[in-house]
Amino acid sequence: MSDAIIGGKDRIEKRFAKLKEEGRAGLVTFITAGDPDPEASFEILKGLPEAGADIIELGMPFTDPMADGPAIQEASNRALAAGMHMRKTLSLVRGFRDQDHETPIILMGYYNPIYIYGVAEFLEDARNAGVDGLIVVDLPPEEDAELCVPTVEKGLSFIRLTTPTSDDKRLPKLVQNTSGFVYYVSVAGVTGAGSASNEQIVEAMERLKRHTDLPIAVGFGIKTAAQAADVAKQADAAVVGSAIVSKIAESLDENGKATDKTASMVTDLVSELANGVRNARK
Amino acid sequence: MTSSSPKPNSYRTLPDTDGHFGNYGGRFVAETLMPLILELEQAYKDAKNDPEFHKELDYYLKYYVGRPSPLYFAERLTEELGGAKVYFKRDELNHTGAHKINNCIGQILLAMRMGKTRIIAETGAGQHGVATATVCARFGLPCTVYMGAKDIERQSPNVFRMKLLGAEVKAVESGSRSLKDAMNEALRDWVTNVADTFYIIGTAAGPHPYPELVRDFQSVIGNEAKEQIMEAEGRLPDLLVAAIGGGSNAIGLFHPFLDDKDVEITGVEAAGHGVHTGKHAASLTAGAPGVLHGNRTYLLMDDDGQITEADSISAGLDYPGIGPEHSWLKDIGRVDYVAITDKEALEAFKLCSECEGIIPALEPSHALAHVMKIAPKMSKDKIIIVNLCGRGDKDIFTVAEALGVKL
Repeated sequence: MSDAIIGGKDRIEKRFAKLKEEGRAGLVTFITAGDPDPEASFEILKGLPEAGADIIELGMPFTDPMADGPAIQEASNRALAAGMHMRKTLSLVRGFRDQDHETPIILMGYYNPIYIYGVAEFLEDARNAGVDGLIVVDLPPEEDAELCVPTVEKGLSFIRLTTPTSDDKRLPKLVQNTSGFVYYVSVAGVTGAGSASNEQIVEAMERLKRHTDLPIAVGFGIKTAAQAADVAKQADAAVVGSAIVSKIAESLDENGKATDKTASMVTDLVSELANGVRNARK
Repeated sequence: MTSSSPKPNSYRTLPDTDGHFGNYGGRFVAETLMPLILELEQAYKDAKNDPEFHKELDYYLKYYVGRPSPLYFAERLTEELGGAKVYFKRDELNHTGAHKINNCIGQILLAMRMGKTRIIAETGAGQHGVATATVCARFGLPCTVYMGAKDIERQSPNVFRMKLLGAEVKAVESGSRSLKDAMNEALRDWVTNVADTFYIIGTAAGPHPYPELVRDFQSVIGNEAKEQIMEAEGRLPDLLVAAIGGGSNAIGLFHPFLDDKDVEITGVEAAGHGVHTGKHAASLTAGAPGVLHGNRTYLLMDDDGQITEADSISAGLDYPGIGPEHSWLKDIGRVDYVAITDKEALEAFKLCSECEGIIPALEPSHALAHVMKIAPKMSKDKIIIVNLCGRGDKDIFTVAEALGVKL
């Protein structure tokens, strides 16, 4: 196994160091692995760095995504209907990593598919495939022994979601055991719901900075380049998910199959978002 | 934990402080919900230690719900089966026609103590939705009930009831369009409306402290039954039987008896078309431990950890999971779990209607079907208590269709 492939928190740290050097925020893009089908998904994934994605979140499809809005629910359904499962998700990462040694990949999803795969085996396979970090929605710090601690021991990042309900009392517990960056979910709600105001984001950033030195990525409800730019003025990175996934849905034919526009429609949107993020502080 | 683990001194001390029943339970929820769940845990602890709360709860259980529910000797059914004496714990006589309201009264009193002003719930058969809509009407709180679109079709009388009671019923079209998807949607609502909303979960599942508090509110069933059987027979029963979807009526009957070692206990899952067909809801019989809806418990799923659809004629049992305490009770071997098919449940539904003049819901019909199998094999001096947790009015259309009768 080549060291250039193996996943780890270093890749995330290097990426944020580079962004800092460039004096700009990063763009984190989310797509669901296998959406709309494994092949088209690989095409989309490969095109993301060139279109301007600095970090990639790859959704692990799950039948019951209870913290996701309709766009990401449907993405999960499309992927599962196309035969996606965890081993294929890891091969997708491996295929990407063969070509790209630098863009961090973070797997995002729910615990059950990992639990059923087996935590130790999953972490080994994920690391070897080139996965750098995990975001698992239904594992709060109260359940750290399940996956968070083993992930950190394996050298991967366990990235925590912090939310508008994370107050000064709760935050110390949230940032412990975490690495890579802290993801701030800017609204209480499901993915794709309404966005937070600038003032709310500024206030949240101040609160978070009191508790961690890690970079802060802000997401939920960011749909346009202008919104991404607004967030990029305050945060270390802006996360866009539902808007990208909706673009995939929009590109499909009447039978829900990928078309020759699917990959380009996604990369066009990502380029726009990246422009917004890159020019935000100029 | 497996069946070879040492037996605990008491089966009634769990969950531990982190909400675990052995390997099961826990708090597997999105971070947005964690502060609320911790707040609920504290509020429940305070309420449990507050005599005023119990006084209020007892008042409503007596004068509004109509408790205690009778323990009735089913004489003709006993004769028909020719074996053990069969008693019904008649929770179908409660206001709203099922055991669900025991828990709803408890939770809405808790919600009001916490200053919450809006109630949400999920429902399968509609019994929990009706009970929630009922207590919301009684205490003047707005109520939104999530219900799978498939369940709305097959339980239309309950949908109309909820609307009459002033609740908003939201049809859930995602996933399998049944109870698990209604629960997903209720969780999505809750995560969006964290400030003012209280989620009344209807079964003894979900993140800690729900499995514990639902069990405690439902334990009124077992506590009464214990007193009543002592009065009727001067001794404890030999066997308890209850149907299990999420498992709230069952844990309510079972829990007060768990340390009475001579009382055998059987939970009855829905085998749907038969466990071997894959079309069933028997998560303990045919599932494996996994994590869903806030807890680790037995689930129906594929080898990728994707949740599979449950199948049962009874909408109330049509759930691919089970309360975590049942998972623990199964593993340590304190409770036996069996499965009954749609067909067997229908037979029991007919027999109970014809020989006792009681039309049971399809959920307890599963428990009755097991009693029909087991009672004839037991001697006449043995005693069975079966939880008649709901009445069958809501099911007559489903049953008519299954029997090929046009109404």
